[in-house]
Amino acid sequence: MTIAPTVPPGQSERTDGARSGRLGALLRLRELPVTLALIALVVITTIANPLFLSPQGMKDLLLNATIVMILAVGQALVIITRNVDLSVGSILGLVAFGTGTLFANVPGIPIVVVFVVGMLLGAFLGAINGILVTVAKVPALVITLGTLYIYRGINNSWAGGTQYFAGDRPEAFGSLSVDTVFGFPLITLIAVVVIAIVAIYLNGVRAGRDLYAIGSDPDAALLFGIPVSRRVLLAFLFNGVLAGLAGVLYASRFNSVGATTGTGLELSVVAAAVVGGVAISGGSGSVVGAAIGALLLTTITSALTAVRVDKFWQQAIVGMLILSAVIIDRIASVRTARKLRISEARDV
Amino acid sequence: MSNHTKQSPAPAGPDRITALDTRLISTDKTLASVPKGRTGAARVLLGRDAIMIYALIVFVLYASIAIPRFATPVTVGFLLLDVIPVLLIAMPMTLVIITGEIDLSVASIAGLTSALMGVLWAAGLPIEVVLVVCVVAGVAAGAFNGFLIAVVGLPSLAVTIGTLALYRGLALVVIGDNAIANFPPELTAFFTSKLGGTGIPTMMIPVAVVALFFGVLLHLTPFGRGLYALGFSTEAATFVGIRVARAKFWLYVGTGTVSALAGIFWTLRYSSARSDNATGLELTVIAAVLLGGVSIFGGKGSIPGVIAGVLLIGTINFSLRLERISDVVLIIVTGTLLIASVVTPNVYAAIKAWRQSRRLHNTLPQVPASGATNATASGVPERK
Amino acid sequence: MEFIRNHGRKGIAARRLVSVAAVAATVALLATGCASGSSSTSTGTDGAAAGDLSITFIPKQLNNPYTDVVLGGGKKGATEAGFGATQVVGPLEASASSQVSFINAETQAGTKVIVIAANDPDAVGPALTEARAGGAKIVAFDSDTNPKYRDVFISQVVAKDVALIQTKLISDQIGGSGEIAILSATANATNQNGWIKFMEEELASNPAYKDIKLVAKVYGDDDDTKSFQEAQGLLQAHPNLKGIISPTTVGIAATARYLSTSEYKGKVALTGLGLPNEMRPFVKDGTVTAFALWDPAQLGYVAAFAGKALVDGTITGKEGDKFTAGALGEKTVGADGLVVVGPPTTFTKDNIDEYDF
Repeated sequence: MTIAPTVPPGQSERTDGARSGRLGALLRLRELPVTLALIALVVITTIANPLFLSPQGMKDLLLNATIVMILAVGQALVIITRNVDLSVGSILGLVAFGTGTLFANVPGIPIVVVFVVGMLLGAFLGAINGILVTVAKVPALVITLGTLYIYRGINNSWAGGTQYFAGDRPEAFGSLSVDTVFGFPLITLIAVVVIAIVAIYLNGVRAGRDLYAIGSDPDAALLFGIPVSRRVLLAFLFNGVLAGLAGVLYASRFNSVGATTGTGLELSVVAAAVVGGVAISGGSGSVVGAAIGALLLTTITSALTAVRVDKFWQQAIVGMLILSAVIIDRIASVRTARKLRISEARDV
Repeated sequence: MSNHTKQSPAPAGPDRITALDTRLISTDKTLASVPKGRTGAARVLLGRDAIMIYALIVFVLYASIAIPRFATPVTVGFLLLDVIPVLLIAMPMTLVIITGEIDLSVASIAGLTSALMGVLWAAGLPIEVVLVVCVVAGVAAGAFNGFLIAVVGLPSLAVTIGTLALYRGLALVVIGDNAIANFPPELTAFFTSKLGGTGIPTMMIPVAVVALFFGVLLHLTPFGRGLYALGFSTEAATFVGIRVARAKFWLYVGTGTVSALAGIFWTLRYSSARSDNATGLELTVIAAVLLGGVSIFGGKGSIPGVIAGVLLIGTINFSLRLERISDVVLIIVTGTLLIASVVTPNVYAAIKAWRQSRRLHNTLPQVPASGATNATASGVPERK
Repeated sequence: MEFIRNHGRKGIAARRLVSVAAVAATVALLATGCASGSSSTSTGTDGAAAGDLSITFIPKQLNNPYTDVVLGGGKKGATEAGFGATQVVGPLEASASSQVSFINAETQAGTKVIVIAANDPDAVGPALTEARAGGAKIVAFDSDTNPKYRDVFISQVVAKDVALIQTKLISDQIGGSGEIAILSATANATNQNGWIKFMEEELASNPAYKDIKLVAKVYGDDDDTKSFQEAQGLLQAHPNLKGIISPTTVGIAATARYLSTSEYKGKVALTGLGLPNEMRPFVKDGTVTAFALWDPAQLGYVAAFAGKALVDGTITGKEGDKFTAGALGEKTVGADGLVVVGPPTTFTKDNIDEYDF
């Protein structure tokens, strides 16, 4: 009997915690540390530099975070099933370049069509990952490391030295990431809607909740009659769709898209999810947490610049944050496991 | 491939430790794939690492014939100098992955070492002191990983993603955006020097020592055999008498130390100490180790296979350079090789399982149909 | 039990055979790739055998639009100068050590002239020394190596001129007084640092600039996203900022894009070195009034002719040597083997449409 493709570390003893009933309470707990950290960071930075929370400052902050937020949400879906997708940076790059190509070669193409095409391309690339992982029973880490290379290679040979610039795209498309509604950038609102939909799906829909079961214990999920392969495939596909969406938004937000767009993004995305309380060993965490994690990481970058702290510290701080998140997660799961054991004992 | 992760603990239980030890090795078919000499010649010749060695030989032969100027000592020198950092780090990484863990922070440790080296040297310390401090820093970085993973019990993937950022960040803090280049010329020249007319870099001697050390440790000591058991199941390993936490801790100290050595090599070979040295090397190392036949689930793999894997990627790389084929091809080939080497056997097994269950289904029509789909999906050969 | 085990073994053997097949297939695939690659380059090699002159360009990184323009000029120059084979190789990412194995391969291929834009002035040193020992001439262009590792360096323009034109442009645009900042490439980029040094000296010494205060230097690492965020950070950290100089094409484009979509558009001046094609929309919408650059194609063009002159022995790289660079006329080697291509051009909305690169 095969367990579903797994993130490597042997953490079999760790999967006892998060199961159905107390999930809601547990989730709130998981998002708490990252939210507190974010609030503290914003408050401290604003005291040091009041311009940080000016309307322009807010807008910049949200704009910077939006794309990583979407990617982190997709990544959370995959990580919850005890998998990981390292190819998101390459998927984003391919879709962003595809978006540039579409606008440059099909004059007058409706923006909606571009979004749909981008997300379909993302879905396709994500599905390849999903199929390889579920059908071939190879760990996601290896598969997506492979497709990270392959997708990037395709992007390089497709793009060559070509880059598409903001000038090649219609103004309405670029203004998506400029215009604001009540001070919120349009693309951030898109991201928020997406996050809300995914969050509802994960918590309210049977198929979504299955993902937690799969991540907690793939064998048990299989015995329980959950179509593990199909669900995992779906998680990868959906992650691809979100990476595709992020790719289109990237093209709207940034000046140039080319062969190297999105390189190295995968680690910040995984880091955002982990900082946001998504356990790398699967089965726990939430997409809202992942999104807040992404917001926190981008805010640190901006905050350091705003308070003129030596920017060299930034990456070290990110590293420490990840480690603290992992430790907090550990403490939380130990505590929950103990609590569960006590309450179960009482029930008996 | 994945079939055995959770199965093997089954025999763990009653017997005495020694008995269990032999049972584990002789009954479990995956453990038996560890080359140990007492299996048949056919098995050794068809082993996963043997395949890599054949592939390497075939490719080297092909390159020597098809690529002008490939078959020269110059190639050997350039090629080996290029693969040394990967080869070095791949050795302890093999052991770590065999125990079912991973270390993503290796390239950052190398970068941190490089940054430290630059700063200490620029501060006027004698080079011997600089080198010692750097190695100690590597040991400390590895020990920190080891502490969090082995003692605190955190998942290694998460911990080392964190230290990947942390150590690279510390490298930036240490040296900032500076580059330090004025290392003693005799030393940098020594690091790129060759052994006589063979073209083999002098540095291959210490590298060979490192490889030999980890090879012997893994294949010829009880500790090494214990690592395989550890890769199958922590509980089984505990029963066999392995101190799991201690073993893992020392493995991470090992990756830290060797990564520091790789960082020193990198700095002196390119005579440039910078914070971004060796960025992204962790993925190359892991790709090479997996290509060399180490299972990401742990419990399988060998040092000879990994060496062949590293050299294969290095040779392909250099051949492409000689032919002036873009690195784009290299990335695609690396990715495809990686996926193909792990996917094909599993797909084959899945198809076989499906066909078998079909056959079973035909002979025993009363077998419930739903079982078949599950079996195909999860490729369960040993159920039968 | 016995049955299971035997069965399992057979399965493993078979699976291994499949592995062999898989690896073999991939290697075969690769082999065909190499074969087709060698056939496509073989025409070039034949030419080299006839003319016996090969030149290889190693840019900082491939797939970069600026690099493409430089290389376009380089290939044109190489053909005109009479090289039989022109190659372009290089890394996909601009890291310090990534160029070394390309240099090694060229050394082995016996290439006569290596034209390189160094990512790190020292990291490429040992490899270039080996190449020279093998008989190759080394021409650095765009970004210099340590002078002891190359024969000549083809510089865009006199470093001081580049610096002065930028300080002049920013002074004109902010009316001669106020806070300014510099958004550069990486902190150890040779050419940017040279210009910044001259800018600082000029700002300190020229009385016309006495009211201009340089408040910050930040680095966008020639990465669009990073430069974008650094630009935001600058404006947040320095609310009184009047102008930004970005002496790198990636930085100025990212900053322009940020300014054009923010409340600072038209209030904060921006100048620096940019590519006309990239900057056109920002010049047209008023974010940027003027910026400068040399013609990158000329850089590659002159580099090719310098390589030819070195091979022919017309020049050796010492001060005062002269050679003819095709349509661009006679060039003179200055101190430290420096060859200057030409004066920078200033682009405004009046002349930008005349340029296409």
